[in-house]
Amino acid sequence: MSKLDMFTDLRKSASALTGLVLITLIVLVALFGPWIAPADPLIPSPLIRLQGPSAQHLFGTDSLGRDMLSRVIYGARISLMIGIISVTISLIPGTILGLLSGYFGKRIDSIIMRCMDMLLAFPAILLAIFITAILEPSLTNTMVAVGIVYIPHYARIVRSSVLSLKGMLFVQAISHLGGGHLRILIKHILPNCLPPIIVYATLGMGTAVLQAAALGFLGLGAQPPSPEWGAMLSEGRQYIQLAPHVAAFPGAAILILVLGFNLFGDGLRDVLDPSLRSQ
Amino acid sequence: MTLGYISKRLFHLALIMFGVSVVVFLMLRMIPGDPAQLLLGEFASPEELARLREQLGLNQSLFTQFWIYISNIVQGDMGHSIRTNAPVTGEIWVRLIATLELSLAAMCIATFFGIAAGVMSAVKQHSLWDYGAMFMALVGVSMPIFWLGLMLIYLFAVKFPLLPMMGRISLGLEVPDVTGLMVVDAVVAGSWQSFVSALKHLLLPAFTLATIPMAIVARITRSAMLEVLNMDYVRTARAKGMTELVVIFRHALRNAFLPVVTVLGLNLGLLLGGAVLTETIFSWPGLGRYVVDSLSGRDYAAVQGCILVFALLMAVINLAVDLIYVVLDPRIRVNE
Amino acid sequence: MEPILQIQNLTTRFTTKRGDLTAVDGVDLHINPGETLGVVGESGCGKSVTALSILQLLPRPIARIAGGSILFKGQNLVTAPLPVIRNIRGNQISMIFQEPMTSLNPVYTVGFQIMEPLRKHRSMKKAAARQEAAGLLDLVGIPEPRSRLDDYPHQLSGGMRQRVMIAMALACRPDLMIADEPTTALDVTIQAQILELMKQLQKEIGMAVMLITHDLGVVAETCHRVVVMYAGKMVESADVNVLFSRPAHPYTRGLFDSLPKRGCTGPLPTIKGAVPSLLNLPPGCAFQDRCDAASARCRQTPPWQEVAEGHGVRCWHPLEVSP
Repeated sequence: MSKLDMFTDLRKSASALTGLVLITLIVLVALFGPWIAPADPLIPSPLIRLQGPSAQHLFGTDSLGRDMLSRVIYGARISLMIGIISVTISLIPGTILGLLSGYFGKRIDSIIMRCMDMLLAFPAILLAIFITAILEPSLTNTMVAVGIVYIPHYARIVRSSVLSLKGMLFVQAISHLGGGHLRILIKHILPNCLPPIIVYATLGMGTAVLQAAALGFLGLGAQPPSPEWGAMLSEGRQYIQLAPHVAAFPGAAILILVLGFNLFGDGLRDVLDPSLRSQ
Repeated sequence: MTLGYISKRLFHLALIMFGVSVVVFLMLRMIPGDPAQLLLGEFASPEELARLREQLGLNQSLFTQFWIYISNIVQGDMGHSIRTNAPVTGEIWVRLIATLELSLAAMCIATFFGIAAGVMSAVKQHSLWDYGAMFMALVGVSMPIFWLGLMLIYLFAVKFPLLPMMGRISLGLEVPDVTGLMVVDAVVAGSWQSFVSALKHLLLPAFTLATIPMAIVARITRSAMLEVLNMDYVRTARAKGMTELVVIFRHALRNAFLPVVTVLGLNLGLLLGGAVLTETIFSWPGLGRYVVDSLSGRDYAAVQGCILVFALLMAVINLAVDLIYVVLDPRIRVNE
Repeated sequence: MEPILQIQNLTTRFTTKRGDLTAVDGVDLHINPGETLGVVGESGCGKSVTALSILQLLPRPIARIAGGSILFKGQNLVTAPLPVIRNIRGNQISMIFQEPMTSLNPVYTVGFQIMEPLRKHRSMKKAAARQEAAGLLDLVGIPEPRSRLDDYPHQLSGGMRQRVMIAMALACRPDLMIADEPTTALDVTIQAQILELMKQLQKEIGMAVMLITHDLGVVAETCHRVVVMYAGKMVESADVNVLFSRPAHPYTRGLFDSLPKRGCTGPLPTIKGAVPSLLNLPPGCAFQDRCDAASARCRQTPPWQEVAEGHGVRCWHPLEVSP
């Protein structure tokens, strides 16, 4: 499929378009945060604690009197960063392991895949909890933990594409011509594995954001006073009876960002890789 | 389907569990410091430490240590909690049942409403209902359920006080423990009030936990039904004079179950993971909350126990899914 | 004799992504009680759609009956409400399909599937229906019918499955059985067995059969009368002997010429060109571009005319029919 076709198809997909709009919106907010945020997200103002939304503070204020809107805006930077870094952490080792596993097969394959099975033996969020707990709770470790948890998913996807490619004639032909393994892997196999990887990475951004926010909510991720959305929610939880807005806005922001990635990923999948549909 | 197949799967399960135990064992020894100190906490007396070191064979080779560890686990001994000083196995058991009650309720909600929505969407493809339901399903998949739980609490317990905020049953309505499942125990005790109270306590957390699986089930059911409704045998059923309800539910849905069950099985991990969050929000005394509390209390014996139990649960669920699969699809049943 | 089924001016349209098309265009045909009517034509000529129209089994929502009537025992099936149609389906009119592999539901036993119409239309209890189903399997020549009842479709061969489909269609002793390419997917030897079975059962039960096929050999062996369809229209209709000995439409003639004949070793003649797309039909006769006899007149739609008693043709230049 040519690039042009891809873009016309993407344009036609209402879901991809909506997703793209949502993501762009949040990226813009993150980029221009310091200019559009009405107040400093970290400086407390004890006199205006837990105020509801008003003209001065569109999203109200939190328990220390900080402007919620500003905190949500700064939180966008953190969540986007989490998404990108965690996905990179799972994507690169996952792809390498999947390539090795699928290409060389036999013992290498079974060793790698059994290790992946072991990681998959836990519910994702629990594994992330264990890892952060061992490494000490922090934003960095959250990203590492969420990254590690999803390595097996990429490894499996890449492996299965490699397996289907390996059967195809052109790879066999190249290896008969005496191409080196590395050359074949990088020049011929990897490019053909890209569509499912791209689709999964897009959907994976949403998952990563969601998981990292969950860790933040449990107190195992970003620590106060960081304006991370999950951590803000955890704070808001204590005031749910008095000031529900403290929890409402960061959570809605998480939902919108994750929905954006999922909408865009769904649209992308329909265009790039129809075989992945309905999974 | 043969016994051979099941035993093969059981062997596989044992293998995974063995691997997980090895990892847990090594992890506890990789954390800097003395494992005995870790397990007993910082306030342990030198005598206690010495005794545990002796028990765990910490002065002997790694291999002997592992042997002691494995044989303890096989006997159901996972050590003592430093917070309560009670055996971890018993503590986990009680909380496991509570988690089970919550998860089962969530699973029922998710399957029932998910399948209903998916079938409706497929039957009325491209209708307003279809688009609406599928958009809602995507929102559901993207939902931070810890936020949804909080919002539900605000809406149904604070703003309109219809349902309780937390816990499993109202004070004074407790029933004797028979199965550990509060709703069932209330029925056993024959107390209508307790039953209603337990059910009301279950409603919000179960719905919160059900959100993501429900959305996934709705999406899968729709796509599976769309495929199945085009099958020749569906036309055959119509040609026999079956009513549309029979065609959809008996002939089409039964075939669409296969992918739904697969995906449901793949996502049971999600359900267990979601239980951690849901239980934290609703103060549900289950295994998920126990893990989080144990971690923040540095209760490593409890954490180790939870890891093993969660891994075992996942493995057992996967096996169960495969067995259900075999029951649902006669083609597998006979060929295996 | 009063026909059991009378189709008049039936028109069925499809809405596709590339435009609307008329799959069945003004078909008039009738079937007499106990008679076998063959409907012949190439794929896409509208013969299957005609069959599906009768029982309102057209794929929704892309297909719809745009006009005409289908009278069955005096009732117009086109306008009849769905509950009435459902009572006729599988009961008075039953249908078997081309693909025995996929036409049976894989997750139910064949016994269950045969019992379904019995329990619905005959209100039989489970035990009685099971008894009857075993009898039906025996009737269609399946050995050990009792134990076969508990088999799943994938445990049976293609020929066996088609026998099961026939048993299912016969369950309520219908007045009319519509068979849509019932033997196409089967091996040649099995084909002959299934056709023989259908012929014999038809005599026993006394039902009428509408046999849809592209295979003229099958027609010659089983049918009393034949209707030939081309691009959604009926082009010729006659008794089987008349049609085979004196075809009047150039298309029918072409079909016969392209059949292999005994003692003939040269290459088979074929009809030149290809079937035109239903989305893009020429004005007038759809066969004109492939026809040797075509003239300017063929740009106008030819009328239906009787060239002999019971022998109709839709052509401006029918071939000579000497009595």
